[in-house]
Amino acid sequence: MADVTVPAPRQRLSDLWRRLRPGRYLLRLIVIAYLFFLVAWPVYLVGRNAFARGFTDLEAILSDPYTVYALELTVWIALASVLINTVFGVGISLLLVRYRFPGKRWFSALLDLPLSVSPIVVGLALVLVYGGRTGWFGPTLESWGLKIIFNIPGMVMATAFVALPLVIREVVPVLQEVGDEQEQAARSLGASAWQTFWRVTLPAIKWGVSYGVVLCLARSLGEFGAVKVVSGNLDGETRTATLVVEQKYLNFDKGGSYAMAFLLALVAVAAILIVSIARHRQLKEPR
Amino acid sequence: MTSETLTPTRPSRSWRPGSGLFRREPVAGQRLTVASGLGLGVAVLWFSLLVLIPLIAVIVTASEGGWSAFWDAITTPQTASAIRLTVTTALIVTVVNVVMGTLIAWVLVRDKFPGRGVLEFLIDIPFALPTIVAGLVLLSLYGPRSPLGINVANAPASVFLAFLFVTLPFVVRTVQPVLSELDKEAEEAAASLGASRFTTFRRIVLPALTPAIAAGAALSFARGVSEYGSLVLLSGNLPNRTEVTSVRILASIENDNIIAAAAVAAVLLAISLVVIVAVDVLQRRLVRRG
Repeated sequence: MADVTVPAPRQRLSDLWRRLRPGRYLLRLIVIAYLFFLVAWPVYLVGRNAFARGFTDLEAILSDPYTVYALELTVWIALASVLINTVFGVGISLLLVRYRFPGKRWFSALLDLPLSVSPIVVGLALVLVYGGRTGWFGPTLESWGLKIIFNIPGMVMATAFVALPLVIREVVPVLQEVGDEQEQAARSLGASAWQTFWRVTLPAIKWGVSYGVVLCLARSLGEFGAVKVVSGNLDGETRTATLVVEQKYLNFDKGGSYAMAFLLALVAVAAILIVSIARHRQLKEPR
Repeated sequence: MTSETLTPTRPSRSWRPGSGLFRREPVAGQRLTVASGLGLGVAVLWFSLLVLIPLIAVIVTASEGGWSAFWDAITTPQTASAIRLTVTTALIVTVVNVVMGTLIAWVLVRDKFPGRGVLEFLIDIPFALPTIVAGLVLLSLYGPRSPLGINVANAPASVFLAFLFVTLPFVVRTVQPVLSELDKEAEEAAASLGASRFTTFRRIVLPALTPAIAAGAALSFARGVSEYGSLVLLSGNLPNRTEVTSVRILASIENDNIIAAAAVAAVLLAISLVVIVAVDVLQRRLVRRG
């Protein structure tokens, strides 16, 4: 009897020792400290600096017609970029997952390129092709009355460029995960391709698409470098919210700069929060 | 893709930004129909107009003056020093990220404690925060009015700090899904055979994580090398001291020296391309293992 029962408590003791190992607390502490000093504290300080003089700075931002215009412009450009990237992203993801075609591997790898290209290079590249004076297509387009660089279309293109892979990155794994049996069933029951997409495919990937859209929106609202190169940065015309942050800081209006930065940070943090909470819920609930 | 997929599948892998590592499983797929072929045509056209043709224009413009003009443009003392600073700092930051990123991923996957969700959330912040705001954020803790008394503004350390901030998510988010899928049996076997925890980690866990760590490191290096926005307010952009490559390119654009700008941009593009190819190869290795 004793022979059988003795190993059990002993094992439990060693288990307990393993669970209480001190190294684990050390690692936990290092990680918490690292993230606290690198992310949490600095981000908190921006919020505090924005309200250093109460609501004065925020009110100044929201009552100045130029900064209000910059905010509106930023939102419109971001919405255009999100719309383009969502349609394009869902389409590309479907093609990559459901079809085979020559050059697919290369195409798929190139789609990630915008994530690792410097925003300044993005801006330069667009100027070289669409610039009004010396661009490859720019002079022709301008003779048709379409000005792209130093104008809003160029800013939309720059923003769409940098946020391009985000929807695809979210949708492709979901499409692979759900498989295509339901789509095939719908097709065999006589649904058209269009009906199958709206009634079967889209509902199945709606979460992936939503995450992609939110992340794409956050990235688009915050684009800075590429927009700086292609916009011309004219106050009241092509100056976006991120450019206002820089301008105000360099003009020694630090309060205004922090207030604008706070608004932008708020949107970014909200986007991350929405996606992580929705993901958490979705992974928990059984399907 | 036949009998196995008939059983309902669950989202076993976490879908996090930047964890697109498993997306390119070699699935056979069907042939293109007329409609999907047309869709592919439109998509390729848009991608070419937006991304490929402009990037090709950078390479073409860089090569317009011939090899010697290209070489002269990227070896002027100021530009060479900017490239050196950018690449060296990005390399050091990548090494830090490999260690800290793996450590953070380990703690997030293997350790359970209240507040873990907050850490998950903190890791994604650099991903979504506008880069100019990121610069301002770092300036408020490590700038002239630092509550810690640490002022890195206008010093080379500011470049290191900015890179460290913006590249934080990459290694964590590539290693995390692989680590959580890892079979614990091999580790338990090693431990029961008397291996210490460190030996188990080094001999069993680390080899399985290496491709993911390498992919994350490559992405983090590419992001660091191409960083611009977070440095604008933080580093002061002092020539030969804190000026990075992207700032150098912008200065050339503003001085209307487009050929020099394109030459330096071509160097950055080459780095991005090498990284993309490296990550693609590593992802394939991951898929085969997984």
